Amino acid sequence: MNGMNMNTATASAPSAPLRDLGAMRARIKSGILRQQIFAITGILFTSFAVLVLLAAFLDLLFDGLPRLSWDFLTNFPSRRAEQAGILSAWVGSALVMLVTMLAAVPVAIGAAIYLEEYAGKNWFTDLIEINVTNLAGVPSIVYGLLALGLFVYHFGFGESILAAGLTLALLILPIIIVSSREALRAVPIHIREAAYGMGATRWQMISDHLLPYSRGGILTGVILGMAEAIGQTAPIITIGALTFIAFLPPMPVTGEFPFLSLQWVWSEFTVLPIQMYNWVSRPDKAFQLNAAAAGVVLLAMTLMMNGLAIYLRYQVRKKIKW
Amino acid sequence: MPPTDIAHPTVPTLVAPDRLKPKFTRHIKERLVELLLMCCGLVAVFTTVAITAILVYESIGFFNYVSVWDFFTGTVWTPLFENPSYGILPLISGTLTITAVAMLVAVPMGTVIAIYLSEFAPHKLREIIKPALELIQAVPTIVFGYFALLFVTPMLQATILPGLPGFNMLVPGIVIGVATIPTIASLSEDAMRAVPMAMREGAYAMGANKMQTALTVVMPAAVSGVVAAFVLATARAIGETMIVAIAAGQNANFTFNPMEAAATLTAYIAQVSMGDLEHGSVGYRSIFAAGLVLLIMTLVLNLTGHFLRRRYRRAY
Amino acid sequence: MVTNLQERPAQHAATQIKAEVRNLNFYYGEFKSLKSVSMSLEERKVTALIGPSGCGKSTLLRCFNRMHDLYPGNRYEGEINLKPDDVNILSKDVDPIEVRMRIGMVFQKPNPFPKSIYENVAYGLRVRGVKSRARIDEQVEQALRDAALWEEAKNRLDDLAFNLSGGQQQRLCIARALAADPEIVLFDEPTSALDPIATASIEELISSLKKKVTILIVTHNMQQAARVSDYTAYMYLGELIEFGETDAIFVKPKRKETEDYITGRFG
Repeated sequence: MNGMNMNTATASAPSAPLRDLGAMRARIKSGILRQQIFAITGILFTSFAVLVLLAAFLDLLFDGLPRLSWDFLTNFPSRRAEQAGILSAWVGSALVMLVTMLAAVPVAIGAAIYLEEYAGKNWFTDLIEINVTNLAGVPSIVYGLLALGLFVYHFGFGESILAAGLTLALLILPIIIVSSREALRAVPIHIREAAYGMGATRWQMISDHLLPYSRGGILTGVILGMAEAIGQTAPIITIGALTFIAFLPPMPVTGEFPFLSLQWVWSEFTVLPIQMYNWVSRPDKAFQLNAAAAGVVLLAMTLMMNGLAIYLRYQVRKKIKW
Repeated sequence: MPPTDIAHPTVPTLVAPDRLKPKFTRHIKERLVELLLMCCGLVAVFTTVAITAILVYESIGFFNYVSVWDFFTGTVWTPLFENPSYGILPLISGTLTITAVAMLVAVPMGTVIAIYLSEFAPHKLREIIKPALELIQAVPTIVFGYFALLFVTPMLQATILPGLPGFNMLVPGIVIGVATIPTIASLSEDAMRAVPMAMREGAYAMGANKMQTALTVVMPAAVSGVVAAFVLATARAIGETMIVAIAAGQNANFTFNPMEAAATLTAYIAQVSMGDLEHGSVGYRSIFAAGLVLLIMTLVLNLTGHFLRRRYRRAY
Repeated sequence: MVTNLQERPAQHAATQIKAEVRNLNFYYGEFKSLKSVSMSLEERKVTALIGPSGCGKSTLLRCFNRMHDLYPGNRYEGEINLKPDDVNILSKDVDPIEVRMRIGMVFQKPNPFPKSIYENVAYGLRVRGVKSRARIDEQVEQALRDAALWEEAKNRLDDLAFNLSGGQQQRLCIARALAADPEIVLFDEPTSALDPIATASIEELISSLKKKVTILIVTHNMQQAARVSDYTAYMYLGELIEFGETDAIFVKPKRKETEDYITGRFG
């Protein structure tokens, strides 16, 4: 029997002919029904995920917001929950972030420039690239073990701000490298050719043209990396950050010559997420509320940084029309 | 040469003085810059080497005290007891159980959400949800740990699971799963978006409806990217520390029952690091051995994931 | 290539109209890209749409299977009546899926699915809910034979479709459209992504297919239109300038614009 017989009158396939409009419509109808069930499942799943995540944030806000006050931000941790604050924690976080930024940003941008503008297609470049992708997937606590073995003991940095800052710098390196590379790649080839055409050397082309034109994208990556670093708890725990710190590191700016001091990098410290972890694991409800309040501060900081990065990326995409 | 070129007043100044310097010095500067940039790139390689070296070095020290056989077959993990026992299986069972629970939540939900966003959702909704997914991925996991221990567990105890202990593997598994949904949804959605419109048009032109197009054409075309998302998400779940450290308990427990409390590889490392362990002791070295096992597990998954991702990127 | 011309019947015996376009306007948002187009397709004939790029020929083709419904902001006005039941397939009451089940399409670039050769051809049957393995086997074989791909593909039906060459992939896409027994097959510049040899085989195929099915083809290549079609419509800036038998259009166009285009003075 020839199923391809195009004459409708004589088409007599073994079962219902394909051109039977009634069968076709029934089929479409049942298909649409299944499709609607599927779409509703999609909406339900999306709403479920959104609701659970919203519940997580709201729970934290309800618990933590009442505890937030000026005193909470300016007090040291204390044995008494009502007097405890996060002063040493946020100062510690800020100083660790400073080290992280100073270490990670130049190295990451340098690596990105090398990979995008210098490296040829060879085993050496592949080696670097494979390492960058791999490092992005290494669990953060493993970075902590690296830091514990290398920075804390081998280099003798101890449980210091420097050790923590460098650890987080290594951890966010892949994030900044990847987004900086994307930003550099977005600069079209004709800009490069124009610069070379004017007689620029490669580095002149990069420093005079590529970097200025791609700075929005690079900055986005830096902010995303820093936001990732500030919430990191596990690697800092591994280094051995203390949970009860009732003092501040020595100030970077001093009253006497040379007015700047690097003493603080050797100081012991705590950071916001560690402080939160410490409080969350106490059975006392009052301390758990402190944990929530610290969590609110932490969450607000990461969301603000990420929001800024998303906004910045949107602006970059909107503005630049090569 | 046309005379106007010579007459043009700006032409002589276009030749900047440093362009006239001997080529040699310019080359040296360029070479130095390149060398410096290459060193930046090498930091990534050195980090990998350093991670591996430290873990292997300390693990070798550990295996001088503990036989490899006992380590991988022992079902009791009590390195900090007076009579220590070093069987890693309880930590692995804890890690795998929690990861399994997490993936049971995240894979179906993440995939359906990805299909919904990529093929069904109105453009505007997707424009809102996509950045929101990215934002959620950036939330520090300790925040979810708080949620697991102090909201989800009490809620389940009060409602459907009255017998659930305060520390258990079920809740951190579920919470890791929910926290991982954005990763899976976002990566899978990227993979499905990468499927060319021409392929969808081909299916629609055959009389397929949206769901048939999504499930029988777009999904198979994006499958390597979607599976890569699963694999990368699994690696993340295995490496997740804070949620389990807070909500799953600290005792190694050889069980696959999610209703029980059990420590994971990561939770053990965190727990030991919080205490005062003597540098160089067996207990100190045990966290590196646990770290090595963790690294190998995630490395295998990550390499698989990246291989799959590269495949779909090449395909389109 | 010239041999194809000889295959064309010298005269058209009593033919039936398969589809009739009446006063069709089409809007991409605010932009009116088809202006009051009227024409008809004769049953089991090849009708070609020609014209410079942007003239609306692909837009018109894609009205026939409601492809424009996939994208927001598109709007049809007017009618395309499918005979013999005389339904206006552009009507809001007609499900676009039904239209696409009745009218197949072959695209500019071969777009096989990421499935085996067999499953690609069977796709339309599966969408229609055909379960019988024997029947699917039979239709797949027939469609592959009709698309002149059977000999090359019969021993590798389980191979991934991507492993075929470009010309084979396009013939596979034709087989995919044929397997579902469509009333009309639309071809959207089916050879523009192919080399000359593959192009010749596709053209030959189109000429032989018209024994079985009504064909509407968009082509950017006038010689191709002359070789494969019975009727030709020349479009320019969204308007149908001239429509008639291919011989007449190419030998003795009525309108000056058509003549300019065909003789290469423009376009």
